[in-house]
Amino acid sequence: MDALTDLAAGFADALTPINLLFAFIGVLLGTAVGVLPGIGPAMTVALLLPVTYVLEPTSAFIMFAGIYYGGMYGGSTTSILLNTPGEASSIMTALEGNKMAKAGRGAAALATAAIGSFVAGTIGTLLLALVAPTVVDLAIGITAADYFALAVFAFVAVATVLGASPLRGLASLGLGLYLGLVGTDVLTGQERFTVGVPQLSDGIDVVVVAVALFAVGEALYVASRLRHGPVQVMDASGPYMTRSDLRRSWAPWLRGTALGFPFGALPAGGAEIPTFLSYASERRLTKHPEEFGKGAIEGVAGPEAANNAAAAGVLVPLLTLGLPTSATAAILLAAFQGYGIQPGPTLLTTESTLVWTLIAALFIGNTMLLVLNLPLAGVWVKLLRIPRPYLYAGILLFASLGCYAVNADPLDLVLLLLLGGLGFVMRRYGWPVAPAIIGLILGPIAETNLRRALAISGGDLSVLVDTWFSRIVLLLSFLALVVPIVLRVVRGRRSTPEELQETGELRHHETAAANREGGEGS
Amino acid sequence: MPLSRRSFLAGVVAAPVLGGLAGCAGTVVQPGDLSRLRIMAPASPGGGWDTTARVMQRVIQQSGLARNVQVFNVEGAGGVIGLGQLGREDDDALLMMMGLVMVGAVDTNDSSTRLTDVTPIARLIGETELIAAPPDAPFDDIAGFVEVWAADPAATPIAGGSAGGTDQILAGLLAQAAGIDPAQVNYIPYSGGGESLSAMLGGQVTAGISGTADYGPQVASGDLKGLAVSTAERSDQVPDVPTLIESGFDVEVSNWRGVMARPGMTAGAREDLIALVVDTHDSDEWAEALENNGWDDLLLTGDDYAEFLAAEEARVREILVQIGLIQ
Repeated sequence: MDALTDLAAGFADALTPINLLFAFIGVLLGTAVGVLPGIGPAMTVALLLPVTYVLEPTSAFIMFAGIYYGGMYGGSTTSILLNTPGEASSIMTALEGNKMAKAGRGAAALATAAIGSFVAGTIGTLLLALVAPTVVDLAIGITAADYFALAVFAFVAVATVLGASPLRGLASLGLGLYLGLVGTDVLTGQERFTVGVPQLSDGIDVVVVAVALFAVGEALYVASRLRHGPVQVMDASGPYMTRSDLRRSWAPWLRGTALGFPFGALPAGGAEIPTFLSYASERRLTKHPEEFGKGAIEGVAGPEAANNAAAAGVLVPLLTLGLPTSATAAILLAAFQGYGIQPGPTLLTTESTLVWTLIAALFIGNTMLLVLNLPLAGVWVKLLRIPRPYLYAGILLFASLGCYAVNADPLDLVLLLLLGGLGFVMRRYGWPVAPAIIGLILGPIAETNLRRALAISGGDLSVLVDTWFSRIVLLLSFLALVVPIVLRVVRGRRSTPEELQETGELRHHETAAANREGGEGS
Repeated sequence: MPLSRRSFLAGVVAAPVLGGLAGCAGTVVQPGDLSRLRIMAPASPGGGWDTTARVMQRVIQQSGLARNVQVFNVEGAGGVIGLGQLGREDDDALLMMMGLVMVGAVDTNDSSTRLTDVTPIARLIGETELIAAPPDAPFDDIAGFVEVWAADPAATPIAGGSAGGTDQILAGLLAQAAGIDPAQVNYIPYSGGGESLSAMLGGQVTAGISGTADYGPQVASGDLKGLAVSTAERSDQVPDVPTLIESGFDVEVSNWRGVMARPGMTAGAREDLIALVVDTHDSDEWAEALENNGWDDLLLTGDDYAEFLAAEEARVREILVQIGLIQ
């Protein structure tokens, strides 16, 4: 096959000692910025753009590729250990990953994330090399109505994370949808709910909300409980991946990859929706439903694979059409231009050497990340042995630093504190926080695409079911919504206590609080 | 590609070396404080302002005009957050990148800092706008498109970049010139040229407006129909596409970018900054950057630039009011 010959030539170009050094620097930097919330790979590559005039293109792109994939890795480490997602696409990882860490399974969670990222990154890069032109043709046919249908499907799919009480779950979702409205309306350019604060006109950063609700909320909660009962010491001595972990991880890795790659290739797909869908599907397919909400390894393996596969997918429109669909892709494009390379539909033919070297570099970076991260997993989990007051003080410091770094704007810290206070209250009274984040991400996608579709059709609602794609996806959403209800009616009401216990965000050390809330709740 | 890969690589390696030698030759090109220059890109990394700021950084360092140039991003509200910050600065060695979009953003965001509150230094470059249509469109030129458009503006969706930006301004001005009420224009904003390009390739909209850098390659390869370009002269990137003026519509828009400095600086400090920008503009590296990025050279400095700004502000305000984006 032609592509394979080209790829082999790409490897020959990329595999020199000096390039390997650049790959190493890249993955190291990438992992570091992925760990810190707020600073992402886009900013890092932008800061490093000046190196393009001292380095030859191959070395520069190898380093950038390492940063790009490394950023996706780094985000999972803090999600799992500290419940502090570094990037929006690692939010779902925090749900089960952090529960695993608290149960002493941190090393296994980190390992499945690292291997899953490697598997997904490798398969994704391979797909990029082999099927990019075909995928991009399909991706371009996706209309605004199709995106809306996908968003509806994602909403329905993630209903499983709503928690034990649907009322609280929906309230939390509504809160997220509201936060998503803050900012400038995409279609009319008018500001909504910005209360005259110019910094709010671009909306509230998802990372700030996620870090506030997850990390700050939790830190405040833990602080408030310190004097109640004995201090729990987290067990960090759990084993690396066991045979059974591996058996339970491989299918989620592959399913996550299958979801992530096509979404990444969509011009407005992104890495968040596939992580939601992956989490939802793992939760439905698992043989261990009782573990979900307490630290199920499938819930880490799937979303982590999905976000890395999406990262590879994003390069599809970039390399085949010269069309950047993420901030990092836009900067890579700027780097191409810095070398006098005109991106566009002909990039793959006119600059094939460089493109294949870049693809080879992605493979190298990905492998290097696995080599770097797998042994480190054991080192990272030792963080959890830090006594809790110091650990959570550290998390607070770290969260604030990261949020401040996004814009160097003190207002972000005020937001972090306000939303963190909200996160504490939600936690204290057993309101799940995940639906709020999901609403914040999905709400604007659904709204913008619904209104865009209707604007294009001149207000004709039938546009929403105009394509086969949207019909099928909407039908699936409908079935996903109705079938469980029908099944429950048919089977009759049974096993209610288990059902209630099976879902649920609030867990283990909060049982006392949960019991009390039960009385206040309905 | 005008350059062979080898000679290009040689240039890449040689340029900083030569730049370094020029720096060591002793004569300090700029007065002391400008040897450390900061450039603010009031947008996120990867956008037009950010790219231009970073190209400028590279050129200034390569050509040895200043030893240390730092680019930083202040994101938000179409650049107005950055403008507000510039309004509070007291550092003379700071340039803020800006452009046509900021002229509109000041009004749409009702900013308390206006462009007249800071010091205009120079207009640098412009990007030609390209109006294009999907390959199966029932018309081949801009006149044919306008005919379809005028018949039913509401049923003629036009894709472009974010609301109130250059693309929508051009759509409004063209409507005005064609006798269509700008308020009736069915403009569909996308976040950036990439997304609107895919809506065009998928044939979801009747036409689209973006920079020649976004649509040009597709027009050249025949995947899109090029209808018209927005500047007075044709673009090198799509030489076969006529200008709007050629086609009988008296509309000329360039997505220009320039630099501003802090308010209340002395005339001398302003002259130093202008001299730095002009020296940057005169360098070979800048010429190469214009070529690589497909930018038009639009240098205009000092008071001439201030006059141009005032004219653009009036024109943009009028059209945004007619479109209905601002009161």
